Amino acid sequence: MIAQNIVHFARVLRNAGLGLGPDRVLAALAAVEQVGLQRRDDVHAALSAVMLERHEQQTLFDAAFDTFWRDPKLLEQMMYALLPKISGRGEKHRPPRANRLAEALAAPRAPEPPNPANNTAKDELHFDTHFTFSERERLQRADFDSMTTAEFELAKKLAEELPLPIEPVRRRRHEAASNARHGGRLDLRATMQRMTRQPHTLQPLYTRPREETPALVVLLDISGSMERYSRLLLHYVHGLTRRALKVHTLTFGTRLTNITRCLQTRDPDVALKLADEQVQDWKGGTRIASALHEFNRLWARRLLGGNAAVLLITDGLDRDEQGGLDAEAARLQRMAHQLVWLNPLLRYDGFEARASGVRALLPHVDRFLPVHNLASLADLGAALRAPARRPSTTLN
Amino acid sequence: MSLQLPASVDAVIELLAAENYVCDRQLATALFLSLKLARPLFLEGAPGVGKTELAKTLARALNTQLLRVQCYEGLDVAQTAYEWNVARQMIEIRLAEAAHEVDRAELARNLYARSMLIERPLLQALTQTRSPVLLIDELDRADEPFDAFLLEVLAENQLTIPEFGTVVATAPPITLITSNRTREIHDALRRRCLYHWVGYPSVERELDIVRLKAPGASDRLYRQVVEFVQRMRTLDLFKSPGVAETIDWTNALVALNSLQLDPASVQDTLGVLLKHQDDIARMQGGDTVKLLDELRAKALL
Repeated sequence: MIAQNIVHFARVLRNAGLGLGPDRVLAALAAVEQVGLQRRDDVHAALSAVMLERHEQQTLFDAAFDTFWRDPKLLEQMMYALLPKISGRGEKHRPPRANRLAEALAAPRAPEPPNPANNTAKDELHFDTHFTFSERERLQRADFDSMTTAEFELAKKLAEELPLPIEPVRRRRHEAASNARHGGRLDLRATMQRMTRQPHTLQPLYTRPREETPALVVLLDISGSMERYSRLLLHYVHGLTRRALKVHTLTFGTRLTNITRCLQTRDPDVALKLADEQVQDWKGGTRIASALHEFNRLWARRLLGGNAAVLLITDGLDRDEQGGLDAEAARLQRMAHQLVWLNPLLRYDGFEARASGVRALLPHVDRFLPVHNLASLADLGAALRAPARRPSTTLN
Repeated sequence: MSLQLPASVDAVIELLAAENYVCDRQLATALFLSLKLARPLFLEGAPGVGKTELAKTLARALNTQLLRVQCYEGLDVAQTAYEWNVARQMIEIRLAEAAHEVDRAELARNLYARSMLIERPLLQALTQTRSPVLLIDELDRADEPFDAFLLEVLAENQLTIPEFGTVVATAPPITLITSNRTREIHDALRRRCLYHWVGYPSVERELDIVRLKAPGASDRLYRQVVEFVQRMRTLDLFKSPGVAETIDWTNALVALNSLQLDPASVQDTLGVLLKHQDDIARMQGGDTVKLLDELRAKALL
């Protein structure tokens, strides 16, 4: 009886998005056997120790546990035996998927209250949607079309061929090398093995520090003023993720959402659809400073270890009344190995750093990539191939 | 010789309490299961909440050896598991040459014999006669290839050395892995472990901990310190103070002969609690007084 219930409970959790293999179900059974059924909190602790993989899953797990192991307070010893044996796939007990899952995957923080001024602002917001930015939060969907075959081919090609926006860094891990140059050292173990295979020869083998492209964190602005680029940029980021790189992607408009796991899906259309479901503030306002603050506080330490670089994709039009963009950008630059800013707003050559957000960001950027007339992935490619531009030249 | 393992969750709590480690029931359950099911325990949490201390305490309580792997980038097999004693191998070859021994197969066998291995913590953990506590500390600081290397040791309690063969544990180690989450540890490694998130303790538990670890203050000061730190953790700080900082701070206040918290003594010792200039500036900018006022309102000051 208890075994059936645990198996079923595991299935409920799996439906809610936890990666639970049969090995964990077996371990859960063994765990419950060990702690016994006397105390509900012990069973809870035991199952969470075995079934969870990360802290974010705890909220989801607790909710599922409470719903599933509802205990009729009559006979504590018999409580599990009394639980109804459920047939089918347990739709009744399945926690509502999208919301909980979103919560569980996001950082543990209460969602911001929606702005009550939403409706009144509608009129002024619409006269030029492509060039309007506001801090008002409008929760909506992006509604991407699926890719045409030609687009798909081009995107694939570009994602593989495009130069990366970041430079490789030298690691402390060594790899085999033919000589002792570039910080190499003698590999005694390999040399010795070679000698036992081919006696009477002494050919020293070397290692040298490995050079690697660092992990990349993409911060993608998806607010109203960036609307016409978001699909394109998401395709680009998806391409980066599919390349053998470590890429984490977070989107921001009025809130910060981690869509890394969505973009790991192989098919770009499915990936974008998943991202669309996950992100709730498409085409809304922009709060760059708060987004960077939240990133610095909750994510930076987790994602920026090991010399990771940050690719910030935004037009720099910030409507955050709190201010503080300067300080947050400075902190971000200190924590990241490189901070690269890709700005698609510049549609004409005579760009000046007028907007206060742009002015606050520029001094803290290691590499500045302005993209003129970003209408296709090919334009993006051209921008990435252009020589690195120092941000200071644009300021003057 | 096998270890005397605790028989229930309560026994785990008692065992650790005897060594001055205050532990909540959920953590005790996770640890109990890890001992019973012989699975590694993966502890994640903010710095300074007692993850490493748990491993040290456990080794003391079970009266067994603690083997520690401190992780950093570029860590490899030679530093963590084993290394061939190349200098000795060379001497062996020279000796064979000098004695005009021609049996090459015999020589190769001698070169890669067990005695030519230098054991590092991971291999040591598998070769003890009495189960040791193996602590893999701050795994997030190592780079990803190292995670993959650990999988065999964690899941099978064995280590394959290409030139030598497989070393299987005689007495399986009790493995604890800690991480501060400066990167995500791969799912393949998580899957092989039991998981526990070590959070900040409740007021009462933190009081117990501070009383044990920082003796010498008055009961009133203990309560003020703990309530103050607990309130600080609700502020939007870049790095909230951990339990280790609370202990340090209490010790600092005792050393300065403070009998109770006041704005001056708090300001002077903020560097013990907070390690980021932004946070210190923020506390100096009025939050200290606000928190002290809150304590006063609760009649703690």
